[in-house]
Amino acid sequence: MPDTPTPSAPTERVTHSLVRDVRMPGDAGILALVTLDNGLDHTKPNTLGPAGMAELKAALEVVRSRAEAGEIAAVGVTGKPYFVAAGADLKHITSVHGHDDAVELGRAGHAAYTILGDLRAATGVPTFAFVNGLALGGGLEVALNCDYRTVASDAAALGLPETGIGLVPGWGGAYLVPRLVGVEKAVEVILTRPAANKPYKPAEALKIGLVDELFEAADFLEQSIIWAAKVVTGEIEVPRRELDPQPVWDGVVAATKAQLDTLVGASRPAPHRALELIAAARNATKADAFAAEDQALADLIMSDEMRASIYAFNLVGGGKKPQGAPDPKLAHPVTRVGVVGAGLMAAQMAFLFAQRLGVPVVMRDLDQERVDKGLDFVRETAEKLAGRGRLAPDAAARIVASVSGTTEIGEFASCDFVIEAVTEVMGLKKKVFAELEGIISPEAILATNTSALSVSEMAADLAHPERVVGIHFFNPVAQMPLVEVINAEHTSDEALATAFAVTKKLRKTAIMSADRPGFIVNRLLLLVMGQVVDAIEGGTPVEVADRALAPLGLPMPIFELTDLVGPAVAQHVLTSLRENLGDRIPASRGLAKIVEDGTRVVLDAPAKGLPKPVDPAIQEYFGPARPGEPGVLDADGVLDSVLTALTTEIGLMLDEGVVPGPQQIDLAMILGAGWGFHTGGITPYLDRTGYSEKVLGRRFLPDGVANVPA
Amino acid sequence: MTAAPETPRARRAVRDVVFVDGARTPFGKAKPDGLYAETRADDLIVKVVRELLRRHPELPPERIDEVAIAATTQQGDQGLTLGRTVGMLAGLPQSVPGYAIDRMCAGAMTAATTTAAGIAMGAADVVIAGGVEHMGRHPMGFDADVNPRFVAEKLVDPQALNMGVTAENLHDKFPHLTKERADRFAVESQAKYAKALANGNIDPDLVPIAIRSSEQGWGLATTDELPRPETTFESIQGLKTPFRPGGRVTPATSSPLTDGATGAILAAGDVAAELGLPARMRMVSYGFAGVPPEIMGYGPVPSTDKALKTAGLTIDDIGLFELNEAFAVQVLSFLDHYGIADDDPRVNQYGGAIAMGHPLASSGVRLMTQLARQFEQHPEVRYGLTAMCVGLGQGGSVIWENPHHADYSGHTDEEN
Repeated sequence: MPDTPTPSAPTERVTHSLVRDVRMPGDAGILALVTLDNGLDHTKPNTLGPAGMAELKAALEVVRSRAEAGEIAAVGVTGKPYFVAAGADLKHITSVHGHDDAVELGRAGHAAYTILGDLRAATGVPTFAFVNGLALGGGLEVALNCDYRTVASDAAALGLPETGIGLVPGWGGAYLVPRLVGVEKAVEVILTRPAANKPYKPAEALKIGLVDELFEAADFLEQSIIWAAKVVTGEIEVPRRELDPQPVWDGVVAATKAQLDTLVGASRPAPHRALELIAAARNATKADAFAAEDQALADLIMSDEMRASIYAFNLVGGGKKPQGAPDPKLAHPVTRVGVVGAGLMAAQMAFLFAQRLGVPVVMRDLDQERVDKGLDFVRETAEKLAGRGRLAPDAAARIVASVSGTTEIGEFASCDFVIEAVTEVMGLKKKVFAELEGIISPEAILATNTSALSVSEMAADLAHPERVVGIHFFNPVAQMPLVEVINAEHTSDEALATAFAVTKKLRKTAIMSADRPGFIVNRLLLLVMGQVVDAIEGGTPVEVADRALAPLGLPMPIFELTDLVGPAVAQHVLTSLRENLGDRIPASRGLAKIVEDGTRVVLDAPAKGLPKPVDPAIQEYFGPARPGEPGVLDADGVLDSVLTALTTEIGLMLDEGVVPGPQQIDLAMILGAGWGFHTGGITPYLDRTGYSEKVLGRRFLPDGVANVPA
Repeated sequence: MTAAPETPRARRAVRDVVFVDGARTPFGKAKPDGLYAETRADDLIVKVVRELLRRHPELPPERIDEVAIAATTQQGDQGLTLGRTVGMLAGLPQSVPGYAIDRMCAGAMTAATTTAAGIAMGAADVVIAGGVEHMGRHPMGFDADVNPRFVAEKLVDPQALNMGVTAENLHDKFPHLTKERADRFAVESQAKYAKALANGNIDPDLVPIAIRSSEQGWGLATTDELPRPETTFESIQGLKTPFRPGGRVTPATSSPLTDGATGAILAAGDVAAELGLPARMRMVSYGFAGVPPEIMGYGPVPSTDKALKTAGLTIDDIGLFELNEAFAVQVLSFLDHYGIADDDPRVNQYGGAIAMGHPLASSGVRLMTQLARQFEQHPEVRYGLTAMCVGLGQGGSVIWENPHHADYSGHTDEEN
């Protein structure tokens, strides 16, 4: 009977296991070399799905029987050029329907990889991984299960990113890494690096002991095999560290747990589960530890947090192609950029434009002192980056030389792209644009970095309003990956296409937004802030309000965010939103007074890496707290009011056509506000907690798209 | 005024040039199922260069003054100024210059002699010379736009562009060089190679090469692919004569189409001493000469005469010969000219291109590398010759002196 695939099963891009005998130099015998290869080019990395894993297991079973028969002296595993594997097949993981299937997914990986891990004990034949390229998640774990590892100098990345997408390294990583590199580094590998989305470079992996040797890419495999031959013949011995003493192990686990409780809390389970596995790794048998990995992996695969994370991961990956952008061919060439203003935001933009577009940039401000300050910023930034080796000296010099400053608006005459970053006052911005229109060519693009004003209104009185487009950068400009491209009432496709072309060159992810107040990120972020402050105005203690959103697992408490944005900016945008959107955006007299007094709203963090708590002293700006009184919200109440307001607002934004769908809102909140993958941005969280059904009577996303389907 | 010497005086180089070391890839079959079918040509030579540097940690890479890499067909993965790209890909400092070179089959030989001339001139201290030919990717003459004048003005016999035909022409020209003699020579080449391999004379010069196959995954080339040790005189009698119906040249008496790369380090004698580099041979002289293209295989005769004259030596002074076996008859015509027996033990002790293959522009340095090993094994031999024929009618010859010989003339100022 032919196999009938289940209709919902995604087609797997199978990574094959090709096995070839290699005669090792120095009469060291035969190495059975397994190449993981999906048969596709370098744009399609190897991934590990069930069919591929079954193939690997079958190949390794043959290898094992040959080892038992004494036919081979070593086993090697490597990948097609540039890749071992990018990890498990995420499409498959998110299509797993039941807990039993999820357990099976973990077991299947262990069943294959354990052959590599157990072969030497059973037959005396050692196993080697030759990490010739990217090795993430299951791609690194195949190597970790081997007895020895080499890495190529050009391998793009090594790491275990699982906890960053709601999983644990469940094919041996959680057990093997702490035993290999020590418990402290294991926490870095399994928790810290994934949280920072920072995999290891080959030299770093060597340094902490994830791999045993590094060879240059030019003859990596040759040197790796020669090295393996020497290990086989005993010419080279690879030292292995002792297990860390129990007190060290327990101490690191306890300290990490305390940190996770503060930073992650109950927002998502994966980091906690990973730490539990690390904690047990010291004394558990391999079999028990792997069984525990299977259970943790299965529980997490069946969690909404994990499904939302994969949804988010895919959104970010797909964000490189902006939704709704016009034909890129319509973009005007940009050969000289003008920046109106020389303040901090303007100077940051000038630097980035010079760096990434490689064109002359001219900054203009009203007086020479401000211009000089802007130029100083550009020079100092270039020097700082060059000093840290982040920028080649010549590139730094080029950037400094290509940014000029002036007080004469006439200098913009030959610019084909001018962006304004002057004070957020409509009258001022309109005046700037009107003045510019008399100087620049009729085709030149005018962009505004406004964060809250109407771009359409800004353009309304111009002879050519069609050339005006909003490009909203986030602060700090260099680091923040998002820009909102604002499609105003009259904006032409050419202006839009130019904005997208420019932001692409700036290496930003651009999301198109309609010209509605606050666009996407600020509208929602300030709404959240306003809602929290409103609760305080209503009697909730500041400390309760500050931590009320902890279950969401946001990157920082709300007052730390207020401090980062600046209370004045927050108050300004909040007021502007309220003027445009109405009373549902709360006003806060307390916040206004804080701004007036210039009071700092947070205390210093108790330790590095921990959040800054709200300064309890700011309670006085809001009047006495009245916890427990009727109508005064407790933490749950604050959270409920925030989530309700968010749901309402997102519903309105979709109705208004700010963006085509919830996906753009989610992507914007992930990249613009740093909201966690486990929330899926925000709409998967509102769906799974029932807010969308309760408030709007409908889900944002279909069931199963970013959650475990019913 | 001194009296003119009676015999032409040997012309000394301005500076002595020594052969420090050589290495090569295993040679592969230039076919879709050959070792290197999915391996780039430039990667082959890059790995050879890296191995040479690895074998000589005493050589600071920044002391290399030139990288000259030959290929006959300089396009695709053999294009873009090989010597420069190879240096960069091999990880040499950017300050090290390089260039590509072409004298068809004598490419690597010419890379060695040309850079040696630069050393003698004082323009370079240490050089890398080598060659690569991936005939599977770049068949000889592929895409060449031959000037119509060659045919219109009868500058060459059109058939002269087919190397096998030129070998048949040699049989015509020298009827006593029979098919049987050629066959016996070829069988002997295979046998000598098999013996050299068994004696460990081949492997030390080989650089293992990682090879990828989309069907089989990664592998490692560690041995030559082409030799046929089972060859007997009888087993090759039924073979076709692909170059002429009823001809005498068969695949067994021709070098097969081959992929491979070779490289060598050469240095000024003084500099080798300064850096502690071994001097495995001293270059005595070299010569290139042209012959009618339709008998291109005869080229090594005039080029050897030239080199001998320059060295002030005669053929009797040569104790070891490394002759490229493009075709058996072509080697026989050389031996016959100098009155050397077909099976003279001084000739091609490790077998030749008939067994291991002839990746055109690479072969010259293989001859040198093998001669260097034979010098170590034969301290009683003072001089050796590496020589080869070149398509379109040329020959190239280099004469070397053995530093292990009791009367070695030396390669440093102190010794002179």
